[in-house]
Amino acid sequence: MAEIKQIVMPGDPIDSSLGKPRNGVYKCGDQQFCSEYFGIVQISDQSIDIVPFAGPYFPRRGDKVIGKVIEVGPSMWTVDINSPYYTLLHMNDTPWRANAGNIKKLLGVGDYVYAKVMTVNEIKESWITLKDVGLRKLEGGHITSIPAPKVPRIIGKGGSMVNMIKDATSTRIVVGQNGLIWVDGEPENVMTAISAIKMVEREAHTTGLTDRMQKYLEEIRSEKNGNSI
Amino acid sequence: MGTASDIKLIDENGLRIDGRSPTELRPLKIETDVLDRADGSAYIEWGGNKILVAVYGPREAYPKHTQDIDKAVIKARYNMSAFSVDERKRPGPDRRSVEISKVISEALQAAVMVEQFPRAQIDVFIEVLQADAGTRIAGLTASSVALASAGIPMRDLVVGCAAGKVDGKIVLDLGKEEDNFGQADLPMGILARSGKIVLMQMDGDLTEDEFNQATELIMDATRRIYEIQREALAGKYRAMAIERGGE
Repeated sequence: MAEIKQIVMPGDPIDSSLGKPRNGVYKCGDQQFCSEYFGIVQISDQSIDIVPFAGPYFPRRGDKVIGKVIEVGPSMWTVDINSPYYTLLHMNDTPWRANAGNIKKLLGVGDYVYAKVMTVNEIKESWITLKDVGLRKLEGGHITSIPAPKVPRIIGKGGSMVNMIKDATSTRIVVGQNGLIWVDGEPENVMTAISAIKMVEREAHTTGLTDRMQKYLEEIRSEKNGNSI
Repeated sequence: MGTASDIKLIDENGLRIDGRSPTELRPLKIETDVLDRADGSAYIEWGGNKILVAVYGPREAYPKHTQDIDKAVIKARYNMSAFSVDERKRPGPDRRSVEISKVISEALQAAVMVEQFPRAQIDVFIEVLQADAGTRIAGLTASSVALASAGIPMRDLVVGCAAGKVDGKIVLDLGKEEDNFGQADLPMGILARSGKIVLMQMDGDLTEDEFNQATELIMDATRRIYEIQREALAGKYRAMAIERGGE
């Protein structure tokens, strides 16, 4: 049975006896903390976070994100990472040998990249890099998106949720911290994986989701087998 | 205000023209996430008012000269539909709607944590589909719900409410006739938990005592409206959990 976590509104006081207030709270009195989001209370080893139901993504240093190239300059790409601010990718931060003025052949407008946030400054300008293990241009596949605050639910504890979806649907999935998800595989399997992701998005605020997801995926698999016989 | 008339707005039993007591609100209903394309949205029905609010952003502010290097700007746009009033309203911004857009923007700016989004703008579109007195506070009430549902960090929810003077008596939440033929109208926007005032305008005249009395009525009504706002936001998620539990 799905149990709901405690829902809070902006301005609601947080009971800090349960842990140390961390994300999504602000000081609203001497010893008092209040929620700054409409979301749920998450208590995990000695700290309290408020996880909003929706909301924008803010780049943080070290985040791995999926972005879409929206503009090509002489030596930089402007990349949309599903955030209020665009980010920049410089040609020297890619693994390719590039000549200034001719970088369009490496990445064009509309291409997707899996990149890491390198720096963010105080006015929220950010730069990303492709120079790390696993970072690359994403070729083929489908892009789907969920609100960034729900990304941890898609990944699950130690990647359990996303691995389960990958195994059950035999697809390749890359989840960006910014809420964009790249899914590749047979079209039919991709559709199944996307519907599973959408289910996590809808029910992110309930408990026992991993078990329900397992049941859901098994159901789909047996349905498919039933049809093919 | 304005036109004096012989219409009796309060009868011998102390009831108002629509049968309400002086401290009674008109029926109020709020719905959230009514628009798919917007980041957050709300629909409010308050008496005869029907207002739709859509929130977009935060996103980089354009034109660039409107950007603020250390905080976000909130651009609220209050717009009345041509069909929202008895006689056709000429579409487009006019003196009144520019003023209302400005005061609503400033009221919301006090609640939203704008310092978290330098250089950004948050758009709030308030479309009045049907007007029936008190559209600015109804729009404000719905805007703060839409902002919360868009996941924008806020210090508090903003609640709007009005009081006024009708037939020499202080009453809560003026209806259309009371607004047109009454003696004063006092709309207020309040931060629900802290009770701070973020919007206040007055049309007509009130004595100091009357003003205090009106403020008290508003503060009391604010708590009731706040509960409706909370229910509009949380109700859906709670209902979903019950539905799942029932399977």
